[in-house]
Amino acid sequence: MTEATPRLATYPLTRERAFDPPDELARRRAEAPIQRMTYADGHEGWLVTGYAESRAILADNRFSSRPELLHSPIPQRGEFRREPLTPGFFIRMDPPAHTRYRRLLTGQFTVRRMKTLEPRIQEITESRLDAMEREGAPADLVESFALPIPSLVICELLGVPYEDREKFQRDSAVLLNLDSSIEDVRAAVQDLYSYLHGLVTMKAEEPADDILSGLVAGGELTTEEIGGIGLLLLIAGHETTANMLGLGTFALLTNPDQLAVVRDDPAAVENAVEELLRYLSIVHIGPTRTALEDVEVGGALIRAGESVTMSVGAANRDPERFEGGDALDVTRPAHGHLSFGHGIHQCLGQQLARIEMRIAYPALLRRFPNLRLAVPAREVPLRSNMAIYGVHRLPVLW
Amino acid sequence: MKIKADTGRCIGAGMCVLTLPQVFDQSEDDGTVVVLDAEPSADLAPAVNRAVQLCPSGALSVEE
Repeated sequence: MTEATPRLATYPLTRERAFDPPDELARRRAEAPIQRMTYADGHEGWLVTGYAESRAILADNRFSSRPELLHSPIPQRGEFRREPLTPGFFIRMDPPAHTRYRRLLTGQFTVRRMKTLEPRIQEITESRLDAMEREGAPADLVESFALPIPSLVICELLGVPYEDREKFQRDSAVLLNLDSSIEDVRAAVQDLYSYLHGLVTMKAEEPADDILSGLVAGGELTTEEIGGIGLLLLIAGHETTANMLGLGTFALLTNPDQLAVVRDDPAAVENAVEELLRYLSIVHIGPTRTALEDVEVGGALIRAGESVTMSVGAANRDPERFEGGDALDVTRPAHGHLSFGHGIHQCLGQQLARIEMRIAYPALLRRFPNLRLAVPAREVPLRSNMAIYGVHRLPVLW
Repeated sequence: MKIKADTGRCIGAGMCVLTLPQVFDQSEDDGTVVVLDAEPSADLAPAVNRAVQLCPSGALSVEE
């Protein structure tokens, strides 16, 4: 049955509407939640758009994250994706290598640890709102609010000087831009890695109370590995939450009744954040895994060596799991969404991201009850060309 | 109801603690699950089941 389904030529990236995954993915999900897809290099792999099927694959360690086994679902940068890893880049490793790195970090990101950061995150948020008020409307919400808050927080946690942000934000933009040439991506990775490696070397001489210093003092990892981990956490720690704050605010401004709930009902905020995570699904492509042996999923037989690309956005809108999931409803039970992934690679920083969002959205909406777009919604530039979706800018008035 | 936790599988995502902090905690060292109350009262069963369901690594199970 699955064999007879027309094959999709590579993974669609163009979103017809700002907040919805590409329509093609919803059409495919209605046809068959798991089906064949031709990859950019001609590989005959799979596309998974169903919630249950995606969750099952993400939880199954017979599917590998290793880059050398991976086929790219998009033509851009297929070659780069298979290149050898930066040391310590554990999201592209399988157990037991992955387990060793992750275990050294999880103690730093526990629910309780993250809660102790609340007062500092509130302080950072308020200071950004003060600055917006001082500078006056209009403002680009990305530059003045969505990007600086998570950037400041992850810099302080890791022990990366925030003054260096222009450098790492520029490099990470090149890295995440799907249209960047392979040469530019290589150069950006090398540049970021050298920067972090240098920083880690300094931490060995002058340790401080931060995660990178802690990893150095732990003595279990090389300077190279800690540099690679720093690179991963720095990018993952600010690009993701920044885009959730930017795109999430845009979505709320477009849905004033939903915005009012987040602004006026503190008890609703926790769930509203989960629903925004589900509804917006900012992971724009994948994740992709490769079967290490033959595995049957949802009636399809995935052969060893075949790549499987899931769509977090399509899975999070699967009507079998989230009824009426194409609508933003901040009161819907949204737990169980796949926006932080699932399985052993589920986001290490998710509890930090939750706290940042739970503080930032209501603080913004309460400080500026008349917050509104400064341009027509269709003129807001969308990040369709980036690995992490969102808005490039969000011009606002208040 | 008896909760079993496999700390060898656990990846320290914290979903159980987030769901039911009176029953689950995380180790300060490596963030892996610590079960505070392995036999919680029956009224907590729905929340315990949700924590089991949300666990990304399959480290939690419940015996009736």
